Amino acid sequence: MFGLKTDWSLDVLPRYFSLEDYQGGMARWCPGCGDHGVLTAVQRICRDAQLLPEQTVCVSGIGCSSRFPHYMKTYGFHGLHGRALPVACGVKSRRPDLHIWVATGDGDCCSIGAGHWVHAIRYNMNMVVMLFDNNVYGLTKNQTSPTSQPGLKTNTHPRGAFLPPLNPSLTTLSIANVSFVAQTVDWNPPHVYATLKLAFEHPGLSFVRIFQRCPVFTPLVFEDAQSDPSLVMLLEDENGVTADAAGIKMYKNRVAHDPSDIDKAREIVSREDVLPIGLFFADPNRPRYEMMSSVGADTTIEEKLETFDKELDRFAI
Amino acid sequence: MENGQVTNGHDVEGSSEPKTIHNAIVEIVSDSGEGAQKAGQSFATIGAKSGNGVWTVEIIPAEIKPPARSRAGASGIRIRLGSEQITNMGDTADIVVAFNEQVLYGRIINDALREGTVVLLENKWASDPDEQIRDMYTTAVKDFRARGLIVHELAMHEACLEYTPKPQLGKNMFVLGMLCWIYQLNPDLALREIAAVFAKKSAAVIESNQKLFHGGVKFARENLTYCYTIPTMKTEQDLIVTNGNQAVGLGVMASGMEMVSMYPITPATSATHYLAGVYQKVGGFIHQAEDEIAAIGFAIGASYAGKTACTITSGPGLALKTEFIGLAVMSEVPLVIVDVQRGGPATGLPTKVEQGDLFAALYASPGDAPKVVMAAATIEECFHMIITARKLAEMFRTPVIVLTDANLATGQTAYPRPKATEEWMAPPIDQSPWPEGLAPYEWDKKTGLSRRPIPGQRGGEYVLTGLAHTKLSHVAYDPTVNQMSTEMRSRKIASLAQTLRPPTIHGDDEGDLLLVGWGSTIGSIEEAVDRARADGYKVSSLHLRFIAPMEPGLKKMFERFKRVMTIELNYSDPQGGFSGDPETARRAQLAQHLRAQTLHDVGYWSITPGQPLQPNQICQVIAKTLEEMGLAQRGAEVAHA
Repeated sequence: MFGLKTDWSLDVLPRYFSLEDYQGGMARWCPGCGDHGVLTAVQRICRDAQLLPEQTVCVSGIGCSSRFPHYMKTYGFHGLHGRALPVACGVKSRRPDLHIWVATGDGDCCSIGAGHWVHAIRYNMNMVVMLFDNNVYGLTKNQTSPTSQPGLKTNTHPRGAFLPPLNPSLTTLSIANVSFVAQTVDWNPPHVYATLKLAFEHPGLSFVRIFQRCPVFTPLVFEDAQSDPSLVMLLEDENGVTADAAGIKMYKNRVAHDPSDIDKAREIVSREDVLPIGLFFADPNRPRYEMMSSVGADTTIEEKLETFDKELDRFAI
Repeated sequence: MENGQVTNGHDVEGSSEPKTIHNAIVEIVSDSGEGAQKAGQSFATIGAKSGNGVWTVEIIPAEIKPPARSRAGASGIRIRLGSEQITNMGDTADIVVAFNEQVLYGRIINDALREGTVVLLENKWASDPDEQIRDMYTTAVKDFRARGLIVHELAMHEACLEYTPKPQLGKNMFVLGMLCWIYQLNPDLALREIAAVFAKKSAAVIESNQKLFHGGVKFARENLTYCYTIPTMKTEQDLIVTNGNQAVGLGVMASGMEMVSMYPITPATSATHYLAGVYQKVGGFIHQAEDEIAAIGFAIGASYAGKTACTITSGPGLALKTEFIGLAVMSEVPLVIVDVQRGGPATGLPTKVEQGDLFAALYASPGDAPKVVMAAATIEECFHMIITARKLAEMFRTPVIVLTDANLATGQTAYPRPKATEEWMAPPIDQSPWPEGLAPYEWDKKTGLSRRPIPGQRGGEYVLTGLAHTKLSHVAYDPTVNQMSTEMRSRKIASLAQTLRPPTIHGDDEGDLLLVGWGSTIGSIEEAVDRARADGYKVSSLHLRFIAPMEPGLKKMFERFKRVMTIELNYSDPQGGFSGDPETARRAQLAQHLRAQTLHDVGYWSITPGQPLQPNQICQVIAKTLEEMGLAQRGAEVAHA
């Protein structure tokens, strides 16, 4: 791969980044945690796209998955619980040149940060938002999350979770100006990679719900779908997620889905009898807030001074 | 003068010649939506353009359309004009124009009037078809006269009918005409002002309002027997007239900050309303966030990415932003936070003034979260402090809170036209390669300062975290690192303290009593001190701009006075506490803070009327305190007519 172009001429690029160039501190997630695989996928995508590490910012909230930025060797912002999205949008607002990855969990995004989630979808700023959904609060040690299945026994609901779970993808598909919604599963690395790659390439906010297991508190949460691939429904389309054979060959339950059909997307994503994965919806032409928020970022100090002085005339006596 | 009131020499005995006076306090009160504020603002601008000192205070109900003819719904404005620079709203009003009798009660309960205040009262209610209204009117007028108000019942509504079929919409410009005649202001200036105020409307609208203005002038000339001239100031300086929120907006532009991130909240939002019309011309962007938390989060994101941002809010918003302020302290992100204080707690008095957020600004974040807290004392300072705040935020890698309040926000005054320079402006973001081997928090052990990498700087990649961290921004839980990094964040604030100058004392730097204030009360405090000093009392005052870090040298200054007390617009228990045990008394906020910092016995006087302080109120405090100290005769008043 090194410096090799498609015309087979050898050209040493001034800067070439290998996987290592995106690898930050040693990940401290539990062995068997789905986060490791997602991290590797993102590092691969950065490498494949040769993103400048200094132009890349990983933003997160608080929770296990929110440690993500520490394990990347890019700029990072590990902020407050539930508040990854406002920060990420703020970073992008005047710096549309930066590539943004957001790591957030089911508690971080869908509970304490739910208000921001709705609005970030509407702002539709160009970034990838990865929802690490393991159906439970891990870092704070086993509390019910908004996506916990009824009956899940946790420290806050020892007799089992009571309420029906929130469906984050369905919710997202109902928010005005949504532009990209996909789902994938942590036990299928090729599919994770292909989904996140598509998300990265999409212009706008790409929302990816990653079903994953917490090896400590919800190790069996997707056991059915894992042991019986027919319970996973693979969405197929030429514009959809196209994982390589290793990622899809076990899935016989396939359905053609046109990702421009948002009504169908909502219908499929609501299904409870199967676990649908792939691209539900994408519209690259929806308005992106940074197109408005970054206007004027190149104004020079001289221009500002001149305009300011003119403005004072309005108040002059 | 009785009760220490200053009457400003408003005789109302018939005279054909205008009487020269040096100070006038005028109020216009109406139901909401009758345009009293527009008339008052125009009157102030015309006064300022004529060369008078001006100060305005808006009287704003919390609702958009409160019930008509109600006391709590009184909407309006006070304008103080003078021969000198005016720094506060003054004492009681000399002349009040009231569109109905009930809203006048709204002013009476706020102690805005006195015996002898002239009331120009709309009289159409005397012949209202509704008997109840007629009765209310008659009873009220009797009551007003019994209270010593000089009531002139005037058929303003009827007179307006000559110029407009809808006097309710045009009466305000009619009143402007009356006031311009009463104070003999130049009608040409007024006509130009009307054209400017209605510049976005059609020529017909401008003409109609100018006719109403002329009508008001004619009406006053024919119906009133008194008029005044207020000599003007001679000034060579170019001046501008703004309110405090416009000053904040102008300050944002002159600071070079390109981002204001906000959520609507009274009384802060009008700063953004002003900016919204012009900000884009300097390349700026206003983000109206989904909530107060997102507003500061967005601003911190922009700041982290190199574009230091500003978030403008009021008390309840400041409360919601608390956690993010702590993050900005912990991770050393520069940020400017403007808190336009209103009455609290909770929703409190949304449109009214209070200085209740000092502790919240200083201490609200959990853990040790030192930051810079400044308080603007004047409308002009609302402008300059934003520029200073941006610089300090970046230089010291810290959030800076600028406290203003509802009084500054809506008050208007004239001040020297700023000449912005490149040095005021945020420099372009640094995208040069980050020096090899330099940590993202390479704290200088002596100053606590460190250089900050900006995304885009090659080699500067680091992960900002709200967790305890080493200089490499690596998560660290060990005791030495936490102690050291906490110390570094405090040390840099101490480094700023070392650059501050001691405050200047207004009056002699020794004496019997020193009043200490902060924020918008400066004008009233200094005017009261001047009156007391003119009466021979050894009173001085001192006003703090930096609360954190504290301005230096206070204890030594305090020690040169027999007694030191703060004057504040916030709550304190009765002196000595409810139980008679002073140890249990809850003190005014600055007093509490000063006591802790200086170990000096700093006393206090503070109230929460939702109104700016009248100099007269402070005069009475001075008199009472000196009397307690045995330094003034019982019953003596510190004031002069």
